Amino acid sequence: MNFLFGFFGDASRWSGPDGIPVRLLEHLEFSAAAFLIAALVAVPLGMLIGHTGRGALLVVVAANAARALPTLGLLVLVVLLAGVGTVLPVLIPLVVLAIPPILVNTYEGVRGVDADLRDAAYGMGLRGRQVLFRTLTPVALPLILLGLRLAAIQVVSTATVAAFVGLGGLGRFIIDGLATKTYESVIGGAVLVAGLALAVQFAFVLLDRVVVSPGVRQVR
Amino acid sequence: MITFEGVTKRYPDGTVAVDDLDLEVPTGAITVFVGPSGCGKTTSLRMINRMIDATSGRITLHGRDVREIDPPTLRRGIGYVIQQAGLFPHRKIVDNVATVPYLLGWSKKKARTRAMELLELVGLDPGLAGRYPFQLSGGQQQRVGVARALAADPPVLLMDEPFSAVDPIVRASLQDELLRLQSELRKTIVFVTHDIDEAVKLGDTVAVLRVGGRLAQMAGPATLLTEPADDFVREFLGRDRGIRRLSFISAKEVRLRPAPSDLATDEAGRPLGWRTGDELAAYGTFDPESDSLRAALDAALLSANGVAVAVDEDGRVRGVAGRDAIDELLAEYAPPPAPSPAPSPPPSQGSGPAEEAPA
Ligand SMILES: Nc1ncnc2c1ncn2[C@@H]1O[C@H](COP(=O)(O)OP(=O)(O)O)[C@@H](O)[C@H]1O
Ligand SMILES: [Mg+2]
Repeated sequence: MNFLFGFFGDASRWSGPDGIPVRLLEHLEFSAAAFLIAALVAVPLGMLIGHTGRGALLVVVAANAARALPTLGLLVLVVLLAGVGTVLPVLIPLVVLAIPPILVNTYEGVRGVDADLRDAAYGMGLRGRQVLFRTLTPVALPLILLGLRLAAIQVVSTATVAAFVGLGGLGRFIIDGLATKTYESVIGGAVLVAGLALAVQFAFVLLDRVVVSPGVRQVR
Repeated sequence: MITFEGVTKRYPDGTVAVDDLDLEVPTGAITVFVGPSGCGKTTSLRMINRMIDATSGRITLHGRDVREIDPPTLRRGIGYVIQQAGLFPHRKIVDNVATVPYLLGWSKKKARTRAMELLELVGLDPGLAGRYPFQLSGGQQQRVGVARALAADPPVLLMDEPFSAVDPIVRASLQDELLRLQSELRKTIVFVTHDIDEAVKLGDTVAVLRVGGRLAQMAGPATLLTEPADDFVREFLGRDRGIRRLSFISAKEVRLRPAPSDLATDEAGRPLGWRTGDELAAYGTFDPESDSLRAALDAALLSANGVAVAVDEDGRVRGVAGRDAIDELLAEYAPPPAPSPAPSPPPSQGSGPAEEAPA
């Protein structure tokens, strides 16, 4: 508790280029960029594969391969290849980390829509694309959002590693704190990351309320 | 009119679901495909709207080969109702019903207005329009399914066991509702069921299919019951064919006589019972205008003295009919005695399932 008070109670922590607001913004920037790239790749891909049934193997392989990949190892590898100080080495591992949960849940969601429902949609005269966008996707939306949420939380937590390669973000408090043995900084940084993850979780709960049809939310 | 001309469906695994089917579905009437599970009813039905394409042969709709028509376009012109209703869970009831109008590019307002009309037509409270499917009972969902199929006023309706997932009481009311709707709308309806009672109740024509997708008999329900083409059909119709056939004979012609004085009535003229000493004994009623001979006979059997009470639509006594009066009519309609069998020759042997050599 004292640690926390020392960290958050210190007015100088709240301003300047290494203050909390700046670090938080940096952290959000990396995270948002990585998350958006992953979502733009994985959501359409998952929808397409779930709808057509083609490429299902790709989902399985990608999911397993990516899960086995150590984020830190990948980071070091990319840094070696791309050099310290650029954003790319941070983005790549985060994107790679975020794709599997989105891809797998989107695919499962779309593929798992009741066969009778799919049948009814075609039977009414919807075309393939209309079936995907007007029936399968809205019904699969809770699962798609689950995948996005898992990815976002992982990205936000893992973006801490940006600090390892000389970039900003909340990870700086942890890395710098460790280096200077300022443990209140380490703990303060960790609390901020955890808080951010909670905020993301909360944001998705709200998003769910707004975009998921009550008809689907209840059935789950 | 819909015609099947030598239609065969062989699935990729070699199963012959429908074998060289020839039949005509008359316009403006209900044609029921009935038969045991797996006999190819669903396959036959789904070939009409091209949810399945025939392997060979031809299906025509209004004289056109369905294969010449782009499937989504074809389907928008054909109502389709399936067993579990298949409502879109994420859409409100009103939008579920308006599905095809939306697809056809109607304005939202016009489509919704139409949807509200249809909810009323199928006997649903318009207050349900804003609900989601999970908030409705199975029977209500099925009604919505029917409303959705009718929304763009297609001339043809395909129904695949639409009422088999609801309980018997709801099923009976949905059947009655369909008959009422049909008397107004005169659609060309193909109705699939495995329930022979449902088939004879709803069908203007009943096509009995045997396993392997071959037509065993096609006839009106009364004819089917009196003159089953072969043992398969006879067995499928089950017991009580004679009694059930009476459902198709109107009780109008039952000769009534004035109610005797031992029939107690209330001041409105509605029956209370047969006087026997101090007691009132059981009685049975039928309405000659709307009931069948089966109902009349049933009423006679229910009455303590074997005399059926004829009532009008308000339940007031119009007269009575003894068993003699009912027997008279029974004799008139009874099937001709002994040597009358099968007008259509029993199809070639083989009652076994379609075990054609796989390709
Ligand atoms: N997609 C399919 N692939 C292979 N066989 C099928 C397929 N669909 C149905 N069948 C088979 O075709 C036969 C007829 O099926 P169906 O038309 O569904 O019968 P019904 O509706 O009368 O119960 C059955 O033997 C069934 O197992
Ligand atoms: Mg079937």
